[in-house]
Amino acid sequence: MSLGIRATNGVVIATEKKVSSVLVDDSEYEKIQLITPSTGFVYAGMGPDFRVLVRNARKSAQKYFLRYREVQPVSQVVRESALVMQEYTQSGGVRPFGVSCLAAGYDDDGPQLYQIDPSGAAFGWKATAIGKNYINAKNFLERRYNDEVELDDAIHIALLTLRESFEGEMTEKNIEVAVVTSDRVFRVLSPGEVRDYLDEAT
Amino acid sequence: MSILHYNGGAIMAMKGKDCVGICSDLRLGIQTQTVATNFKKIFPITDRIMIGMAGLATDVLTLDQLLKFNCNMYKLRENRDMKPEAFAALVSTLLYEKRFSPWFIEPVIAGLSEDGVPFISGMDLIGAPEVPDSFITAGTCTPNLNGVCESFYEKDLEPEQLFQVMSQCLLAAVDRDALSGWGAEVHIITTEGVHTRQIKCRQD
Repeated sequence: MSLGIRATNGVVIATEKKVSSVLVDDSEYEKIQLITPSTGFVYAGMGPDFRVLVRNARKSAQKYFLRYREVQPVSQVVRESALVMQEYTQSGGVRPFGVSCLAAGYDDDGPQLYQIDPSGAAFGWKATAIGKNYINAKNFLERRYNDEVELDDAIHIALLTLRESFEGEMTEKNIEVAVVTSDRVFRVLSPGEVRDYLDEAT
Repeated sequence: MSILHYNGGAIMAMKGKDCVGICSDLRLGIQTQTVATNFKKIFPITDRIMIGMAGLATDVLTLDQLLKFNCNMYKLRENRDMKPEAFAALVSTLLYEKRFSPWFIEPVIAGLSEDGVPFISGMDLIGAPEVPDSFITAGTCTPNLNGVCESFYEKDLEPEQLFQVMSQCLLAAVDRDALSGWGAEVHIITTEGVHTRQIKCRQD
């Protein structure tokens, strides 16, 4: 399950990182990926399909930068990924992408959160969840969210929402959290930072 | 005879205090013969950005259309105007795309950012950019233009003063060039808008 919350001064996205066996080296795999310095993606669905989308989105963002020497705005990043996903629903010999993506970023229009579906439809959200138990998570978010929420509160709410549908104990090793603030730098929080937030949330 | 000297022309842009100016002559010639005295070489791109192009007249007109196409598409996609720096980067990219069969023009870009910060930039025909703090020149009399601008330019000129300095520099420079002149046009861009003036000058 992955979720995202837009605050007045930034966006937070978080995901559970369930591994199939204790033998898996989970430090090697990251679900949250950077697309531009200011925008990141997370997904729910098929990891390999997500990788392809990330690669495309990154290339397209670099092409944008080469042309305009400006970081591609979040809405444009989303637009181009959505376009690719739509093409795969209407072309021969391919199948639609088996992922829903959440895009979080900060640009001249402020903090933004978008969801992109396999159909290619893209929506802007104040807060949303995708993947397992997303309906329960969204109900939880509806109760907890308000328009004035700030980033620290948003991270807190995100962790609580994640825990609602988490099987087993939630630690900094089996979730990933990322934020982007008004400094326009998208970054994944280190396990230490996540642990601090988790301790607060307990 | 160089292709960039076939039609003749002179463009210059200068930074002022919270304003920019861009000016050009109005001559269109076919080598030594003057064919028109109302040939504009400066085109608006947005409310706050203008581009002037010196060089082969057909390419000047075509590039104006190409750039308008690109900027309109940008505006439709992104729902906002392009910033001057982004526009300059775009021009550079478009010119370099034709690296081995170039557009025969030398662009000069003048604009104001959203916050009213002045921006000027110039390039060669394959897109090598220059982003100076003072002035930029292009055309058949760049040695003349560079000379007078260097002498008369001052930082932080008010719009009216900027107009005076640019007009005098342009006139002095084109009067010593056979292929430029026959009328002149100056645009001063401020946060209030663009003030365009034509200057009476020697018609030879």
